[in-house]
Amino acid sequence: MIKKVRQHPSQNEALLFEMSSPGKVGYQLPALDVPAVDPVEALGAEHVRADIENFPEVSEVDVIRHFTRLSTWNYAIDLGLYPLGSCTMKYNPRVNEAVARTDGLMWIHPYQADALSQGALAILAELERVLIEITGMDAVTLQPAAGAHGELTGILLVRAVLEAQGNPRRKVIVPDSAHGTNPATVRMAGYEVVHAASNDRGMLDVEALERMVDEDVAAIMITNPNTLGVFEENIARVAEIFHARGALVYMDGANMNALAGISRPGDYGIDLMHLNLHKTFSTPHGGGGPGSGPVAVKKQFEPFLPLPRLRRATSGWSWDHDRPKSIGRVRAFYGNFGVLVRALAYIMAHGGDGLKRSTQDALLNANYLRKLLEPYYKIAYHAPSMHECVFSNPSTGAIAKRLIDYGFHPYTVSFPLIVHGAMMIEPTETESKQELDLFADALISIAKECEENPDLVLKAPYSTRTAKVDEVAAARKPILKWHGL
Amino acid sequence: MDPENLRYTKEHEWVRVEGDIGIIGITFHAQKELGDIVYVDLPKVGTSTQQGKTVGSVESVKAVSDLFTPVSGEVVEVNPLLAESPEILNTDPYGSGWLVKIKLSDPGEAGKLLTAAEYQAYTGTESP
Amino acid sequence: MLDTIGVPALEDLYAHLPASVRFEELLNIAPGKSEYEIIDYFRARGSENLQTRANFLGAGVYHHYRPVLVDTVVSRGEFLTSYTPYQAEISQGTLTAIFEFQTMICQLTGMDVANASMYDGSTAVPEAAMMAMRITGRSGIAVARTVHPEYREVLGTYTRHQGIAVSEFEYDAQSGQVDLESLDQALNENTAAVIIQSPNFFGIVENTRQIADIVHAKGALLVFVFSEAVSLGLLDPPRDADIVAGELQSFAIAPSYGGPFAGVLASKEQYVRQLPGRLVGETKDANGNRAFCLTLATREQHIRREKATSNICTNQALIALMATVFMAVYGKQGLRELAEQNLAKSHYLGERLWRRFNGPYFNEFVAVTGPRSVEEINGRLQDLQIVGGLSLDRFYPELGGTVLLCCTEMSRRADMNAVAEAFGA
Repeated sequence: MIKKVRQHPSQNEALLFEMSSPGKVGYQLPALDVPAVDPVEALGAEHVRADIENFPEVSEVDVIRHFTRLSTWNYAIDLGLYPLGSCTMKYNPRVNEAVARTDGLMWIHPYQADALSQGALAILAELERVLIEITGMDAVTLQPAAGAHGELTGILLVRAVLEAQGNPRRKVIVPDSAHGTNPATVRMAGYEVVHAASNDRGMLDVEALERMVDEDVAAIMITNPNTLGVFEENIARVAEIFHARGALVYMDGANMNALAGISRPGDYGIDLMHLNLHKTFSTPHGGGGPGSGPVAVKKQFEPFLPLPRLRRATSGWSWDHDRPKSIGRVRAFYGNFGVLVRALAYIMAHGGDGLKRSTQDALLNANYLRKLLEPYYKIAYHAPSMHECVFSNPSTGAIAKRLIDYGFHPYTVSFPLIVHGAMMIEPTETESKQELDLFADALISIAKECEENPDLVLKAPYSTRTAKVDEVAAARKPILKWHGL
Repeated sequence: MDPENLRYTKEHEWVRVEGDIGIIGITFHAQKELGDIVYVDLPKVGTSTQQGKTVGSVESVKAVSDLFTPVSGEVVEVNPLLAESPEILNTDPYGSGWLVKIKLSDPGEAGKLLTAAEYQAYTGTESP
Repeated sequence: MLDTIGVPALEDLYAHLPASVRFEELLNIAPGKSEYEIIDYFRARGSENLQTRANFLGAGVYHHYRPVLVDTVVSRGEFLTSYTPYQAEISQGTLTAIFEFQTMICQLTGMDVANASMYDGSTAVPEAAMMAMRITGRSGIAVARTVHPEYREVLGTYTRHQGIAVSEFEYDAQSGQVDLESLDQALNENTAAVIIQSPNFFGIVENTRQIADIVHAKGALLVFVFSEAVSLGLLDPPRDADIVAGELQSFAIAPSYGGPFAGVLASKEQYVRQLPGRLVGETKDANGNRAFCLTLATREQHIRREKATSNICTNQALIALMATVFMAVYGKQGLRELAEQNLAKSHYLGERLWRRFNGPYFNEFVAVTGPRSVEEINGRLQDLQIVGGLSLDRFYPELGGTVLLCCTEMSRRADMNAVAEAFGA
């Protein structure tokens, strides 16, 4: 019996272009306090556009209604549990939104003199300090705009360090359980991907890795806990093996929500890693971005970090552009400052003790769910789960869609690839026992439906605004913009 | 299911030899694994290729499969219907869903590939 | 809950971790603060920055008005706290908005297809370059020195290790536009892409059509870059470009000390499969109703992995949404009027100062200092709570004694007069 169902409004909503009407306006600019300038005179006729064809003309009330209606068709953390594995869909604290909009932070220009930006620089310095503390590393760059961007930065740092030693080497080892960004990053950084199969417990195969590491291998990219939610018990040993051959160990920090406060990668051989502030540190996903992917590194990488670097002088903080060994910039300006502010606010709200408690609660929630679901779903690997658990079921796609009818967002379907029919579930510490019980009840009910009425599950969902969306047609004949009537 | 007069590879391609031309495609098993085909990336006419090399790819919504040519030679024709209707790969993989015609540089190659029976045995024992 | 799991204490949930990996101390971070203390901390930090209504800095980050409606919309929890729209049936809000975004970007830039956004303008540039290399099979890049210096630095970081030849071509000393001879010399049969920016870093509008003819004659692609999106409301769109990479910060994205922003990557129809990043497509649902979904995902990292067009995973969805609302609020007329106001303001100040270049300019220009140095000028302005322009010798040593000034619809006549006075003009 379905205990919780959300109704979705189902009216057909016109697109902005379809509700457009010539002469409608949603803006009002103040009158010019200087003489108007004729564009053709000032720029030359060839540089002036006639019109922005088919661009919408709508009123303010049109805009607010349109986007308000659109928003009601989305599922969101504010509405309920979001069990996506390795995404860490935790609550996005609203105080973070408030502080990011502080006037003195929102409107400052990155090229303002350092002396006029001491507040901003102090924030960045403090965030660097706490991220170093959490990871057990020696230095950090806040420049990368996202996790994948951090990964690229990290592998470019690996190249720089090895190059300085005389040989950048050619290959990077990536486990088959890795997130797709890992091998894509390796290629972008100019290295060859070498795939490493996981062992029969779903973890790094230490013996196999030992055979794989030669003088051609620059590094290994590992995720810990791995994408099965399992802590790599041999990680320290793996680090030793790679270091012995002069290779480096990069850690994808996507699953840091299982480690913050209880384990510090820098303490046991990780050379560098990225963090996803939009995962572990609560900055909002916003429908797909922005994120931020700081890279924390051991001392030997410090000279190569993207420039500029923050420097403390007697007069205060300043940007140091004199970094001859730097790999260069990975983006303009200093980083996703607005996201960095939110992450610092989150860390300040929790404090050292609170971060540890959050991690413990994340583990508690994942293990509680696992215990409730194990009688009904096959756990992919028996190793202890940290902050997420992965089940295996050939109908994972259909079950995920049926879950929507129970009012929940699906878990991660069919990833990691090493599990057949993966169901990857990460509740995060945000969820109460009540919400977890509801979620478990839903999945248990669906398990029964799979047996008694499989067709019901296969054709789900039934209660959404749209029926099942035809992704095949979208790919065969891509329509990527509005074409007009 | 899989026509007797064709030869097969472990990468789930087939080839039909007509004189000095080899016509290649993907098997029923391959299209079933991929699901609804949405796009096919084919080589340019005139491309020289060798047995086992990648000559293109076949895409479904959620997966991409590389196309490895079962025979060596020069590409002389590619199926013009696939740009508009990639779905014929699902409905008729052995007939109108052919992919590429290759002028064989080594006519003996095809004979060494798997027979229909051998291919069926292979897909039978392959893990699901 | 611990009972259900079958362990006595929270610590037992990770007792299986080897001792060598466990952190037994407490992190050296102050105990958790209350909401008020946090707000106060950031308010204090905010007050330590000069924040003023009169800001004449441009150079890739622009001081434009943000309509109130923008934050109203993006603050809705269903937009703010939702995830990437992989589950189309419960993400139609995000997907529809992105489809509208993609459409409007095409309308503004004259391109056939636009993705759902990149991290920012600076990273869209190397992605455009790599796209051109994949399309042409060539490996050389030629970039104008008048493309934003930090965008060029990022291009360098992305290409250096791949042994890709990146050459720069010069600007004309009088007009400030691309020097066509220098461009011609930088072009060869190995050039995959030529990258120009318009308005360029000096604020000067380029002759894109002429440049396109030269570039295409050599079989290379033209990558057109913009950093001031407001210019698209007035300037002729780059229809002759093959790929457009740009920055949308001007569209209701607060300067915020440099980020987060949203980049644009758009191209001609035939290159769509080489576009990195997310794409939203229109389709139907099982009942025949219009619906949207992410599509052509086989380009991306989660499917193609090491053969992907890029490693990019995110699109700056929330930031792109800000820009979408901005575009909807201003609309066809508003973007035009906004751009015309920017033109009027910059020309008001521009006519009162000595300008270094005589080419056509939009809302930025390079002013030459007279009797007073840049430091003196900016010092005087700071006393008036005005942030002066960017001293150009920071990026162009040959342009010492010049300042890049930007005037937008937010610039007030009195403040512009103060700037002119500070120059001692």
